Amino acid sequence: MWHGFPLRPDQASTIARGVDHLYYFLTAVDLFFTALIFLTIFYLAVKYRRRKADERASQFSEHLPLEILWTAIPMGLVVVMYLWGSSLFIRNSRPPTASTEVFVIGKQWMWHLQHPEGVREINELHVPVGRPIKLTMTSEDVIHDFFIPAFRVKKDVVPGRYSSIWFEATKTGRYHFFCAQYCGAYHSHMTGWVDVMDPVAYQHWLSGAIKGGSMAAAGAQLYQQFGCITCHGTGKGPSYAGLYGKPVLLSDGQTVIADDNYLRESILDPSAKIVKGYTAIMPTFRGQLTEEQILQLIAYIKSLGNAEGSLGKP
Amino acid sequence: MSTATVEVPQAPIESRVHYLNKSYGVKSWLLTTDHKRIALLYLVSITFFFFIGGAAAVLMRLNLIEPTGALVEPATYNKLFTMHGIIMVFFFLIPSIPAVLGNFLVPMMIGARDVAFPRLNLLSWYVFMTGGLMVLYAVLSGGVDTGWTFYTPLSTAYLNTHVMSAALGVFVAGFSSILTGLNFVVTIHKMRAPGMTWFKMPLFLWSIYATSIIQILGTPVLAITLGLVAIERSFHVGIFDPAVGGDPVLFQHLFWFYSHPAVYIMILPSMGVISELITAFSKKRIFGYSFVAFSSVAIAVISFLVWGHHMFVSGQSVYAGLVFSALSFAVAIPSAIKVFNWTATLYKGSVSYDAPMLYALGFIGLFTMGGLTGLFLATLAVDVHVHDTYFVIAHFHYIMVGGAVMGYLGGIHFWWPKITGRLYPDGWARFAALVIFVGFNLTFFPQYMLGYLGMPRRYAVYPPEFQVLNVMSSAGASILGIGYLIPLVYLIWSMRYGPVAGPNPWGAKGLEWEAPSPPPTENFEEPPVVTEEAYAYPDADAPASAEG
Repeated sequence: MWHGFPLRPDQASTIARGVDHLYYFLTAVDLFFTALIFLTIFYLAVKYRRRKADERASQFSEHLPLEILWTAIPMGLVVVMYLWGSSLFIRNSRPPTASTEVFVIGKQWMWHLQHPEGVREINELHVPVGRPIKLTMTSEDVIHDFFIPAFRVKKDVVPGRYSSIWFEATKTGRYHFFCAQYCGAYHSHMTGWVDVMDPVAYQHWLSGAIKGGSMAAAGAQLYQQFGCITCHGTGKGPSYAGLYGKPVLLSDGQTVIADDNYLRESILDPSAKIVKGYTAIMPTFRGQLTEEQILQLIAYIKSLGNAEGSLGKP
Repeated sequence: MSTATVEVPQAPIESRVHYLNKSYGVKSWLLTTDHKRIALLYLVSITFFFFIGGAAAVLMRLNLIEPTGALVEPATYNKLFTMHGIIMVFFFLIPSIPAVLGNFLVPMMIGARDVAFPRLNLLSWYVFMTGGLMVLYAVLSGGVDTGWTFYTPLSTAYLNTHVMSAALGVFVAGFSSILTGLNFVVTIHKMRAPGMTWFKMPLFLWSIYATSIIQILGTPVLAITLGLVAIERSFHVGIFDPAVGGDPVLFQHLFWFYSHPAVYIMILPSMGVISELITAFSKKRIFGYSFVAFSSVAIAVISFLVWGHHMFVSGQSVYAGLVFSALSFAVAIPSAIKVFNWTATLYKGSVSYDAPMLYALGFIGLFTMGGLTGLFLATLAVDVHVHDTYFVIAHFHYIMVGGAVMGYLGGIHFWWPKITGRLYPDGWARFAALVIFVGFNLTFFPQYMLGYLGMPRRYAVYPPEFQVLNVMSSAGASILGIGYLIPLVYLIWSMRYGPVAGPNPWGAKGLEWEAPSPPPTENFEEPPVVTEEAYAYPDADAPASAEG
């Protein structure tokens, strides 16, 4: 890197290098054609400058092979760009199955992050180096966007649903994260740091930071407190055991995967999808549970058996 | 403009009746149905809006000299970029070439007396001004901070600023755009002079025609979308806000369904102007006429199918991303075809470097850079990183300022002698073109680098490592600002003191150059009959004819 005047951010994730390579390719194509057009214009404008006021131009103005050539070359190039960019995008969109999940809630104008062990952070995210981390994100108010330039990842954080990104940090250090979607007065203050630590230091930090129980434990408590147990623990409602990530057969014959967004919807809008064999008797919990509590309940359901390999909706 | 008794003895301008001196007084302008006078009404109005929007940009660039914000509070900064965006997009760029040059030239280029619906044309200006005044009211009464994109649920449920008057102002101005488009489509279909077939039309008309189609088809969607924003904001009907059962991403689909084609409303007319300038100042037929003409139509059609590339990180599915990425690459092809054909037009031409030509050559260079960096944004994996950063800001300013505004200024300089009957000082005009080119690149090139480094857009404060590039950009903006002021001075000066131009100072082809400068109200003394194709400049390879 060019010190003092960098041309790219730190390459600190497994995704960054691949994105940069594609970026260099695009830059090379861009520079080549910019130079080609600039030099050609300059050369032609000087060579064929008007020398006499009544000078005439040669009216050569049609050449089909040329038209075909300069249609075909850009077409070929954009096909390469498309295939390269798309395959990389598909790969970068899929979190590895063994990812550690961290939950992110955006609100005007701060980031609230929570680890499965229950540790909460504000505008700061500690992660171990070399381990895939999946962020499951939602917003309490308007649309935000979680952007970590050094990792080359970004995704809108939308109220009313979960979105996710993943990364695997490759270098310890502190890296900026930004809110990249304009969200009101203090949008530009909605920033923070990712602290990438070596695994030993991370474990040390984590054990020092844990105060209460894990997210799943907090969810288990909510399960009692809000009376979920009275139906879901007695067979009146579908059981949570082994539910997460499994296909669920609905009363209308459709099948859905029990992912984060499905569980969220089933808590807030229970009659949207009815599990086959059950009736729509569950009341909505909209307005009674905070975003954090919903995530804790989902973490609890997840802890009761988990079909590995299934993913949340992208 | 109403000073008739100027003492220029040799001037035939004052002794002859033309559209400028036919009648005097405020009423004769505010109630005119002459397309040329309406063009001037627009010219004055959008110049006013341009300098308001520009002032907002100057304040933004001043603020960004310091990482902590040198000038204003974040809330004020948000109002500045909102005002800059709304005014520049809806009240300068969209009406710029169609409503000023299009109004003046469409009837003249096809040999008609006026547009098809002259009174509707005047109504369009009043509708436009009503919308503009509503937005100005929003600005003066405290401002609005939605961003020009009005994203929900921020705009509908979380802001206490003057969102309603700004949104309704844009809503109202949209009707002006629809009516102008409608007027041009009918005019081009029905009022062409005898012999003016579709493929004899100057390419400016092809691009205005393609633009008009987008205006007619796209703008109603924007109107509906802003109407829904107003309904949700006033009556709390759940359309976009998930807290009341709406879908915030639906707004983005609707908004970009208009606002992406709107980019082509801004750039297509400029491309048309460039085709006129390149041919006139190389005394040459355009290279590949039909390829340039059909690429305008192709751009207009494809432009309706690419809106999803604004939403690659919005939570749209991976598959939707793949489709919109492919379609976005497709729109690059007709744009590339245009650039290659313009460049090839210079080959074996007789190239002069008058001010309009400098703008045209500047356009090709800057549009090439803007278009090529668009490929980065169509490329999914790279867009994820640069989306919502300064890279995007740099890209669309290369298209809209480097492209659309350069084309507009080139066109104004080219047809100014026709519009006013007078010449401006060419040295100053070339100097201004150079200052604008240099200032522009210094302002916006550093923003590409800022974007890849990760600086998000719409940030009032930023981490200190981004300061050097921000200071460079602000320095460039001050040069660019001066560049824009110079033409304002000499063009106004030339209206009174410029040398008399004569009907065709550039020796250009096209029906508008056969009419006197300034043209009479009815444009042509007799209806012209068209026998030759567009750009029929004399051929060096053919034996000299009588007209040589």
